[in-house]
Amino acid sequence: MRSRHRTWAYGDHVNTDVIFPGKYTYSVQHDPAALARHALEDLDPTFATGVQRGDVIVAGRNWGNGSSREQAVTCLLACGLRAIIAESFARIYYRNAINNGLLALTCPGIGALAQTGQELALDLDAGELEIAGQTLQFVPLPPSVRHIVAAGGLVEYLKAGAGEQEGGG
Amino acid sequence: MGASFSQKVLARNVGRAQVQPGEVLDVTPDVVLSHDNSAAIIRIFRQLPQKELRFPERLAITLDHAVPPPTPQHAQNHAEIRRFVSEQGIQHFFEMGRGICHQVHCEEGVVGPGMILLGADSHSPHCGWMGAFGAGVGRTEVAALWATGQLWLRVPETLRITLTGRLAPGVMSKDLALQLIGRLGADGANYLAVEFDGPGVATLSADMRAALVNMMAEMGAKNAFIAPDELTWRWLEIQLQRSRPDDWQARLSMFRERAILPDADADCAQQLDVALDHVAPLVSCPHRVDNTEPVTALTGTRVDLAFIGTCTNGRLEDLAAAAEVVRGRRLRARLLVIPASSQVLGDALAAGYLADLIEAGASIGTPGCGPCMGVHAGVPAPGEVCISSANRNFRGRMGQREAEIYLANPAVVAASAVAGEIVHPADLLAGD
Repeated sequence: MRSRHRTWAYGDHVNTDVIFPGKYTYSVQHDPAALARHALEDLDPTFATGVQRGDVIVAGRNWGNGSSREQAVTCLLACGLRAIIAESFARIYYRNAINNGLLALTCPGIGALAQTGQELALDLDAGELEIAGQTLQFVPLPPSVRHIVAAGGLVEYLKAGAGEQEGGG
Repeated sequence: MGASFSQKVLARNVGRAQVQPGEVLDVTPDVVLSHDNSAAIIRIFRQLPQKELRFPERLAITLDHAVPPPTPQHAQNHAEIRRFVSEQGIQHFFEMGRGICHQVHCEEGVVGPGMILLGADSHSPHCGWMGAFGAGVGRTEVAALWATGQLWLRVPETLRITLTGRLAPGVMSKDLALQLIGRLGADGANYLAVEFDGPGVATLSADMRAALVNMMAEMGAKNAFIAPDELTWRWLEIQLQRSRPDDWQARLSMFRERAILPDADADCAQQLDVALDHVAPLVSCPHRVDNTEPVTALTGTRVDLAFIGTCTNGRLEDLAAAAEVVRGRRLRARLLVIPASSQVLGDALAAGYLADLIEAGASIGTPGCGPCMGVHAGVPAPGEVCISSANRNFRGRMGQREAEIYLANPAVVAASAVAGEIVHPADLLAGD
């Protein structure tokens, strides 16, 4: 099934300090409204006020490099962001996204096409998306982490009765 | 084809003879690291069905990121963590002022050769300098580790970096790290294990190895590794006698039994050879770690604030290098020095380094992470320029979006504090 989304485009090597500034790490931790207010604060001051539920971020290489702070994922969830689609992700960010139920899709070729304010059509079943008149394939999630994503994140997965984690990706 | 350190240590952990890069394993780490973020982790842990810690003895909690607490809210975080530590009987708990988790774990023998550490901190690869496997994960994952003891890990491919020769005087391992990151890029080792080998390794001191391995996080590495050698074992013996006088021999024997070396014919995805003699002092320019330039290309850049500290470059040799540069001089820029641990603080005091730094005009802070990530004292003002021995210079990293951060080795940072502008230490000395 296809869903339609509005894009926010960013470049390569966007780090977690500009996604969620370190100075808030131990003072803004759980409150969704406060988390949302600081999302991308040092990258794009128009994002937190302009983002709408269902929007997606499209980006280049190495999205989310730097700190392991999980608010760099949860602040975007708090904004209602549907997915981040990037050329590649830094490894801890990718894990945090999966474990919090944020869709992180690796999609070669997306970086060159990405512009803010475009329409992006996403087909998760087919593993492809359409942007700027072009169709791109994204890399399927590793089979072993699909059960975490399907449960809506690691906490929900463990709550759902998995006494012990099983192989992930 | 033989196996890398990472393959061997992960295979042993899951009870298999061998594993291949790309396989996903359920790993049971020996140490689970968290720090001030433990308050948030406790909250996630409480949501899980498992009400008991699976392995309470494997938790290691250090208060280091905002110490002493600058606000009532930070103090409350610490209070919640202390309550949990006390309720659960957690043995590896290190109070504010003891130092930065990565440094303290090495000093206290919490982690050692052949062990696996997973931590809710991106510099968790640090312990690889002594032959351990360390990797960073998220808060939710650490909560799951507390509950289940296990976590999924993908066996990494290896980037092998073979070192030859020896660093020239005045060049530090930070410069080697910055050279590698500048050359390979901020994602040059994403998902990879970086394993150092070659005759050049033996020329690097323990402190220099720690800084090098620590910085591989800025290249995206999953973990980084230096095989324990005579220097490592001597360091551990002295260190364990200091920190664990009652059981140091047993601990050292355990580390010796568990140490793992890579096979001589281990496969690797990428191989790089680096001649240490050709490394020169480098500076990372705003706002990316891989945006490196020779220090000499930046001579004259104004400096308002200089910072020496952090898990990357806050150890005794770093303070010694800084003291050597500032001895008998007065600073033109503000210099903040924060030792990586209370042990480093005490040793620097005994060696006279702190006196040199204080007499030159430096301020000394409580051992911890300091202003590195902008949560604690010492942050720059809007429009100011900071030169730092830390690991990240991202926009806003030190709490101020409109500040510029340059990264360098501690001697360059100290020389720049003296001059009030970026300068090569040798040029400062030549100017006398």
